Amino acid sequence: MSERAAASAHQFDDAEQQHDASTLGMWVFLVTEIMFFAGMFTVYVAYRSLYPDGFAHASHHLDVLLGTINTTVLITSSLTMALAVHAAQLGRRRPLLIFLVLTMALGSTFLVIKGFEYAHKFREGLVPGPWFSYHGADAGAQQLFLSIYFAMTGVHAAHMVIGLGVLGTLVWQARRGRYGKSYYTPVELSGLYWHFVDIVWIFLFPLLYLIGRHT
Amino acid sequence: MSEHVVPVRIYFTIFTVLLVLTAVTVIVSGIDLGRMNTVVALAIAVTKAVLVILFFMHLRYSTKLTWLVVSAGFVWLSILILFTMTDVLTRGLVALTQH
Repeated sequence: MSERAAASAHQFDDAEQQHDASTLGMWVFLVTEIMFFAGMFTVYVAYRSLYPDGFAHASHHLDVLLGTINTTVLITSSLTMALAVHAAQLGRRRPLLIFLVLTMALGSTFLVIKGFEYAHKFREGLVPGPWFSYHGADAGAQQLFLSIYFAMTGVHAAHMVIGLGVLGTLVWQARRGRYGKSYYTPVELSGLYWHFVDIVWIFLFPLLYLIGRHT
Repeated sequence: MSEHVVPVRIYFTIFTVLLVLTAVTVIVSGIDLGRMNTVVALAIAVTKAVLVILFFMHLRYSTKLTWLVVSAGFVWLSILILFTMTDVLTRGLVALTQH
């Protein structure tokens, strides 16, 4: 099977309208994702305004170097994803596969580094709950910060895992020759999702890792 | 197809700018600017997000309806945060006027 017929669903006038509708649908989903993360960002803003010092001190528990490396890894994965969509638009199957696999490799690298960071927090007793072993002056606020850290980076990592599954499906379909110049909508929409996850991290990095560096 | 094929050169330019902005935000966070630290960090993050949305996510080349949906998403985001903060930041004031 080569490329699928361009205009497939009968409710659309043409392939262009179908493509625009798919893009719009994906953006509507991403807006609900914005609101999903917005709830957690609001919790962060509210509690940071109440405990500015505790939050700044607690951010010292995070490794700025690993955070910076992970930011770079994720931005690079966004570039390779954009190049994958570009290859799909031009109907180049080999570059498409290479860039998709590269994006998956970078995404996996991010998760491995995140895993090392989590493991370190567990060893140091910085996981909120009964085993939280930091008992400084602002231990309560610090525990609150770390709860938000684990919730937000955890949900973000879950999105990365889902993204890897989506990309794996794309690789499988691209190998079967499913995408070509006239039909690459799934590649493009998966790209939108991947970039969205990157944007969430663009905000998480300064808000979690960098707030206490100058104090 | 209506889809605009963005030249690869633009992707690499945006990528370079994103990396430079990441370096700037890390360096600036080490300098004590008081309250301005948060402002600078957020300004850089917003700039990076806008670049990703416009170029990597092709919003620049999308239909007006898509622009509207995306803008509406951010308007509701700001409503959520602003109205929550009008509550959180003014609780002390209300307690004072009750006595």
